[in-house]
Amino acid sequence: MAKYLLLKHYRGAPAAVNDVPMDQWTPEEVSAHVQYMQDFAHRLEGTGEFVDEQALSEKGMWVRSDGEGRPPVTDGPFAETKDLIAGWMVIDVESEERAIELAGELSAAPGAGGEPIHEWLEVRPFYGEPSTITE
Amino acid sequence: MVDESLLRALIPTVIGVLGRRGADFAAAEDAVQDALVEAVRVWPDDPPRDPKGWLVAVAWRRFLDAARADTSRRRREVRVEDEPAPGPAEEVDDTLRLYFLCAHPSLSPASAVALTLRAVGGLTTRQIAQAYLVPEATMAQRISRAKRTVSGVRFDRPGDVATVLRVLYLVFNEGYSGDVDLAAEAIRLARQLAARTEHEEVAGLLALMLLHHARRPARTRPDGSLVPLAEQDRGLWDTRLIAEGVDVLQTALARDRLGEFQAQAAIAALHADARTAEETDWVQIVEWYDELVRLTDSPVARLNRAVAVGEADGPRAGLAALAGLDPALPRHAAVTAYLHERDGDPATAARLYAEAARSATNLAERDHLTRQAARLNADLRG
Repeated sequence: MAKYLLLKHYRGAPAAVNDVPMDQWTPEEVSAHVQYMQDFAHRLEGTGEFVDEQALSEKGMWVRSDGEGRPPVTDGPFAETKDLIAGWMVIDVESEERAIELAGELSAAPGAGGEPIHEWLEVRPFYGEPSTITE
Repeated sequence: MVDESLLRALIPTVIGVLGRRGADFAAAEDAVQDALVEAVRVWPDDPPRDPKGWLVAVAWRRFLDAARADTSRRRREVRVEDEPAPGPAEEVDDTLRLYFLCAHPSLSPASAVALTLRAVGGLTTRQIAQAYLVPEATMAQRISRAKRTVSGVRFDRPGDVATVLRVLYLVFNEGYSGDVDLAAEAIRLARQLAARTEHEEVAGLLALMLLHHARRPARTRPDGSLVPLAEQDRGLWDTRLIAEGVDVLQTALARDRLGEFQAQAAIAALHADARTAEETDWVQIVEWYDELVRLTDSPVARLNRAVAVGEADGPRAGLAALAGLDPALPRHAAVTAYLHERDGDPATAARLYAEAARSATNLAERDHLTRQAARLNADLRG
């Protein structure tokens, strides 16, 4: 088994096919979308492939050290042009093919007009454990 | 204090007893898991005189309770209570049958591993989930799906030993993370299996595990970084495990039915035999890799053979042995880098080490390869 991160972006990913901002959807379309995501995670629990999911607020800032004895420097909120992560799901699956298949299903969550969003998701493999037998 | 390994060694036997009393595998396994959890709770204050009898009694009661509670199973309950009294225990066969069932070819490798660790190994779902870094609910689902998959499989038919060996190999190779030492657990399960079958590849795999486990104290530095075989402090190798591994291997080889695990164990034994890296008998190791390639035709075996050829006949010969192998093969770039460095071409080696680091599948290996590239690049800058 191998773990993969499915990463969803608020901004920075290539444009989705059904690219209408969520605040332009009908309330029923928003509910249908949320339900689809919940059902998806629940189904992966059932198949023994679910590890974790989190959604991130659009609020946030950059922080860096400004040297010893000085408070950290902050910058933000994020500029409108920057890449912004919206959330993630971690899955534990048999193969890369399976990870791609599941990301494809997640990307087809319903959006405006009840049509699939066809958004781009980033799929990133985790590092695993070094194997004991190598030679 | 409960002797957990003694307790866990009883689990497959107890599942077998319930099976012969008429319980299906899935229900028997659940009931025994409940009894196991109960034993861990109760035994420290009130140790039973007959641990196995205690487990059977508690598990059987749990099974009957569950069968009664489940109205959809009412007909089976009647059938079970009509069963004749159980005959004498047939422990050896029960345990062996469980190995085969849990490694059944209809299961995915990950499912077979999880089911084996629970039903044969007697680990709790929580322990298995922690070892594989997934939530307990996810692991519970993986196990119950696996049990459903094998629910139609007859409990009493012998299977293919090779499928069991693949499962134990996977468990061993996972090493250890969290509280459960999967390498040690794989060795325990291989020992238990070797005691029940004469199969020479079971002995081969057990020997392979023992010989690699012997090196574990030398394989990583305290900070977790990897130490390559040639740089390991051989004084840290566990000589008791090596002696046992060599002994098990020699008995297996004497049966004259060579298999891939025996060949791999023979290579590990030759490494174990060298007091220093320089004393390694690379010519014999190449011969064993020839056997391994003949037996498996595996590209990974060919890649490792090229390393051995490089040591036995020089880096040019090693590079020549790489011909025809897919450069996308895991560790191909790392092996090629090593051979180029030994061939006196640090610039190519540094480039390939950096490439290998980018495609590494674990952090310890990535860091090791990055350090190799950094070392050569620093030398090249002078």
